[in-house]
Amino acid sequence: MRMWFVCRFCCPAAQSNSNPEWEAKVLEYFKGQLKEKESHSWVPSLNDVPLHYLKPNSLVKFRCLVQDMFDPEFYMGVYETVDPSTKANVLRCGKYKDVTECGVDLNSRNTVTAERQTFYCVPIPGESPWAKEISFLSAARVVPSTSYVPSRQKRSYEEDDDMDTQPQKQREPHTGGGTKWCHRQETEAPSSQTTAPSDCSSHLDLNFPLPGERGPACLVKVYEGLDSFKLNDTLEIYGILSVNPVLTVLGEEKDPSLLLLNPTESMETPEEQRAHDPPASLVPRLHMLYARPLQHNNPLLPSAPTEDQSAFVSSFLVEMASVRAELLAYLTHVLLGDGLAAEYLLLHLISNVYTRRDVLPLGKFTLNLSGCPLNSYTERLYQIVQQLVPCSYRLSMSLHTMNSMRLVPKKDYVANRLVSGALQLARNTSLFLDETQLEQGQLDSSGVRNITALGNLISWQKVDYDFSYHQMEFPCNINVLVTSEGRSLLPSDCQVPLQPQVTPPNMEEYLTTIHMAQFTSQINKFRVYLSLARTLDYSISDEVTKAVEDDFVDMRKDDPQSVTAEDLHRMLVVASITCSSNGWMRAKHIDMLRRSRTEQQKSLNGNEP
Amino acid sequence: MSSPTSTPVGSKPSSDGLASPPSQRRRGQDSSNGDLPAMPTSPATDIASPAVHDTSLFSSPRRSVLPSEVDMSSPLIGVRGTPVRQRPDLGSARKAPQVDLHTELPSADGAVASEQAAGQKLVIWGTDVNVGTCKEKFQRFLQRFIDPTSNEDENAGLDLNEPLYMQKLEEISVIGDPVLNVNCSHVQSFDADLYRQLISYPQEVIPTFDMAVNELFFERFPDSILEHQIQVRPYNALKTRNMRSLNPEDIDQMITISGMVIRTSQLIPEMQEAFFQCQVCAFSTRVEVDRGRIAEPAVCRNCNTTHSLALIHNRSAFSDKQMIKVQESPDDMPAGQTPHTTIVYAHNDLVDKVQPGDRINITGIYRAVPMRENPRQSTVKSVYKTHIDVIHFRKTDEKRLHGLDEDSDQKLFTEERVQTLKELAAKPDVYERLSSALAPSIYEQEDIKKGILLQLFGGTRKDFSQTGRGNFRAEVNILLCGDPGTSKSQLLQYVFNLVPRGQYTSGKGSSAVGLTAYVMKDPETKQLVLQTGALVLSDNGICCIDEFDKMSDSTRSVLHEVMEQQTISIAKAGIICQLNARTSVLAAANPVESQWNPKKTTIENIQLPHTLLSRFDLIFLMLDPQDEAYDRRLAHHLVALYYQSEEQIEEEFLDMAVLKDYIAYARTYINPRLNEEASQALIEAYVDMRKIGSGRGMVSAYPRQLESLIRLAEAHAKVRFSDKVETVDVEEAKRLHREALKQSATDPRTGFVDISILTTGMSATARKRKEEVAQALKKMIQSRGKTPAMKYQQLFDDLRGQSKAAITKDMFEEALRALADEDYLTVTGKTVRLL
Repeated sequence: MRMWFVCRFCCPAAQSNSNPEWEAKVLEYFKGQLKEKESHSWVPSLNDVPLHYLKPNSLVKFRCLVQDMFDPEFYMGVYETVDPSTKANVLRCGKYKDVTECGVDLNSRNTVTAERQTFYCVPIPGESPWAKEISFLSAARVVPSTSYVPSRQKRSYEEDDDMDTQPQKQREPHTGGGTKWCHRQETEAPSSQTTAPSDCSSHLDLNFPLPGERGPACLVKVYEGLDSFKLNDTLEIYGILSVNPVLTVLGEEKDPSLLLLNPTESMETPEEQRAHDPPASLVPRLHMLYARPLQHNNPLLPSAPTEDQSAFVSSFLVEMASVRAELLAYLTHVLLGDGLAAEYLLLHLISNVYTRRDVLPLGKFTLNLSGCPLNSYTERLYQIVQQLVPCSYRLSMSLHTMNSMRLVPKKDYVANRLVSGALQLARNTSLFLDETQLEQGQLDSSGVRNITALGNLISWQKVDYDFSYHQMEFPCNINVLVTSEGRSLLPSDCQVPLQPQVTPPNMEEYLTTIHMAQFTSQINKFRVYLSLARTLDYSISDEVTKAVEDDFVDMRKDDPQSVTAEDLHRMLVVASITCSSNGWMRAKHIDMLRRSRTEQQKSLNGNEP
Repeated sequence: MSSPTSTPVGSKPSSDGLASPPSQRRRGQDSSNGDLPAMPTSPATDIASPAVHDTSLFSSPRRSVLPSEVDMSSPLIGVRGTPVRQRPDLGSARKAPQVDLHTELPSADGAVASEQAAGQKLVIWGTDVNVGTCKEKFQRFLQRFIDPTSNEDENAGLDLNEPLYMQKLEEISVIGDPVLNVNCSHVQSFDADLYRQLISYPQEVIPTFDMAVNELFFERFPDSILEHQIQVRPYNALKTRNMRSLNPEDIDQMITISGMVIRTSQLIPEMQEAFFQCQVCAFSTRVEVDRGRIAEPAVCRNCNTTHSLALIHNRSAFSDKQMIKVQESPDDMPAGQTPHTTIVYAHNDLVDKVQPGDRINITGIYRAVPMRENPRQSTVKSVYKTHIDVIHFRKTDEKRLHGLDEDSDQKLFTEERVQTLKELAAKPDVYERLSSALAPSIYEQEDIKKGILLQLFGGTRKDFSQTGRGNFRAEVNILLCGDPGTSKSQLLQYVFNLVPRGQYTSGKGSSAVGLTAYVMKDPETKQLVLQTGALVLSDNGICCIDEFDKMSDSTRSVLHEVMEQQTISIAKAGIICQLNARTSVLAAANPVESQWNPKKTTIENIQLPHTLLSRFDLIFLMLDPQDEAYDRRLAHHLVALYYQSEEQIEEEFLDMAVLKDYIAYARTYINPRLNEEASQALIEAYVDMRKIGSGRGMVSAYPRQLESLIRLAEAHAKVRFSDKVETVDVEEAKRLHREALKQSATDPRTGFVDISILTTGMSATARKRKEEVAQALKKMIQSRGKTPAMKYQQLFDDLRGQSKAAITKDMFEEALRALADEDYLTVTGKTVRLL
């Protein structure tokens, strides 16, 4: 049913000319349709379905991050064509289309110029394989209703059956699942880091924030509500797919002799052309009908704030406490039996910058897990975190990466685009900084800049994008976890020295066993818990306020040197994340435990500052 | 942005040309052009169309027109052979057919302006511009316009009570630069209708203006010789200020936008007139460019040979052209979006007028060109390419070179805003209000916030270069030092976010060159370019330096010059220059021993050279008060911070935007001067400060402190929006200065305020004690009689045994050094020898 409506509404505006309200009606219609239960799952997703199986000019959806915003462009909203044989003038509509039909009468008085803007969108960076897989599988269920080649679905069907018939069956470790998924994803675009330069399309850098990312990038044409979109927003876009090969050919067929006479053609550098008009087969165009801002990209949770969701939330709230306890136990195992560290890790994972007071972001909770065992423990730890959160990225802070990697996005004025960096992440992405990889050596100037950028990110939750002539501050909301041997060189809100209670002879095996012991359904509950707990509101009663004041005064009385305003900040954050009636008590308690542990550590090492 | 829907045929004609969408004003084409379908026609450059009229009455508008052409290019009267310079900035509209409205369009009711007289009325096709009336009006404007309140720097030296533009014409006749810049707001205030026409039909109206001004000029100065005829360059069109608000309705209209140049292209030669020569008979002919095309003559008119004409390049006429990319200036942008860019074409003498990095105001005509149609393809991209043909550039940061405060024309305040600000200023507690609005998330520290507030306003800039002293620093420098975790960094971040030209650096990561300037090779041009650092970038702003104490000595040393002379001298890679760095420094330093040691002086605690410290007007200590009531209030404040809703917060405090505007307004418009009482009060204050110390044999104030006081008093007057510095301002300056001194220059041993801690690095008592120890040691050695050499350790023990006060090894060594300086003894290894 999808494509039908698109065609009827978008082509001949001439007929509906008597009714200029048609544009609003189109949007209303689609919004109405998409509100209906399940209806959004009928629409094939660019994230899951290879581009060449999608029909051009059909309705598709795309889950993405706005990576760059190009300049607004003017297009022919309505234009008139002259049929060469009949000499009849026909009015046509240019909205939701990239190209016009032949024989445009450029001098027609009926031409209406309209404005739209192009966003460069990439799949959400660092999206965990499980999140992709689940949304892929749920999309595969609706495959029969779309029109792409069924032979492709065989495998998905099998897997689908697998899931349904043996839900309790242990799944292979997810890294495996992820690679398999990648094979399926044939729109994968070679990013410059992963492919040899000989590759025919390697000159086309798709500008993904993270190295090694795959998936289609998309040029989204936006018609309405331009001001409501911001850079780095995560959106689910419903729009009309356009892959007209003309878009590509136009760029290449350039007659140099015409350049002098028509200088407007020469004002774009080849780099700019490549960035703004890449071949449609690699970077499809999507004409946006409707975009839904995503609060999270966890496919296990209903994404739209409807009654549906509130029902889901309230049903889940009942078992919240038990899930939390189980998750805590699981994390305790993962952190080698350290219950305190596990509790802090849990709090870290559900922390969220919920507001800002002038420059101060409130609710951020950067955790520094110090004393991590070496030998790939941190790597395994990351894999487990990745299994739990929908978006994550591990930045191994080796000297080489810090010196060579681009963390901060930079505007490239030659190509007129924002060259992405690893810190251009969606909200609530878990950034795992692995400081255990740091070796001795010299940071060069770009390394120092990168460290400064990380420091700014942690302290102020902002990234200063480099616009060459000036910097621009983009606020972000990224959960940063630092693992280190000693105290981290980066600032953090809370440092917890890890105290392993068990020393398994084979770390790899130990962690794998723990992971395997969890049922998928259980893991899914954890995932839902983490996403949901983050969105809950915090409030505090007057008694608690009073208690906090009393406690703070008492603590200061005992030892004014060791308890500062900073400590109170931290405890208040913990209390608000803990989000229960005795949040403050708990926060005070675990902070005391943590403090005694750091004291201990200090006296052990002696010389630590 | 709104997307205009298709306008149905037969709708009511709009009452004036401005309101109609551009597509309706799109001009028709001569039928002779029909054989060039792929021609890159700009809708703008086509000349004529019955635009504002309801043409649905005619089956074809072209049929009924009897155009009488006006040649826009040659205002011939009295020109005496001064050549005409083509204006590629206006497109190729050179011959504009006129339409007789009166006879042709009896039904065109509202289309023609009301002043239309009975009888024949000729207008340029597609507009409501009548060349004669327009010319007349503009001449009247030139002859009569007077702006007594003008304060633009272009008008410097002109008599404001005489017609402004006549004086400018006189200037042209003297200087010989045939360009007349016309401020559109002047036109608007003189004749709103003329202004409307100028904005809506610049392509037709500006040549008319050119004609008018040339007639007038050569009538007045018949003997002057100019390179070419005078060109009128309007600027400051009020239509559009912001690049973001450009929309399809602005196409072909005159607009003014502001932005920053990010890229300029090479010079592009653009052919204006082609020169053809017949290969057979050498007959030559010239063909003018028409809408970007040259129609090659197929037949030689002389010998009638076909296809014999060849283009001779070096006899053709070219004009200069340059592509410039302009980016939205960061202040105009909504948060969270990327800046837009626009392409601008500069022509002739405007080429190379601007460089990347310049902030400019551009006045020009906004153009949209459809994509070229490819004959081999059935479809074409439906987007237009847009650009601006520039008519006038105005650099907004030009005046930076002259050392004036350049914020004046950057920040425009609306009437209402100024009213609100003035109301706020009239409140008696405005000072307290503003200081509490500063960084509300930081608890208390009232005096520090007040100090920073005064720093934000700054003193009055004075120039003493005639008397040989150079500029008098107006900027207030502040150092915050204290325990870690007392939200120093947060305060710095807040200030950095508040001021438009702020820079934030950390002492840990920055080097001397990062702060000042460095020379590097530009990757594109392979030329050496000067890259400016944080201090230069924050010229006229505030440079926030965190972790000041972690800065290397060499880095710190560059600050000496900046913090007093306010310049940076560079001698690198053959580039020797001095850059302005009129920046206030707000620095934060941690004590050396991680905790502030109250038993030590400021210098000892933060280990900064006193030469640098004395350059700070205010040094504040941010200490943990360790007091129960304070703790309770702090806890309460923080809990509220975390749990209060957005609205509650907003009710309590002033909006950050208001604060920003308040500061910007005061910095721009208020320049307080000392009045008599205030000067007396300052003198007294200074004498008092000197007196305090003199009683104890110490100097407790230096002229630098007096200068600080003046600056602070001026800043406080600015806070009140007062043009006079009064005694209240001096009182507050004194109080704040004392407060800061009390905190930072108190001798921990005696409890007295002692400015010498900051100026010499040692308190007077400490110096006195050092001398005493040295004397005691000398006495002791003398009392021993003739012993040429002594054991070091023994001497130390003896001295300790003899002295009443405890003597540390440091003190002993200092005493030895003092005696060695007197040439009384020498210390070699472990033995002390008398000389």
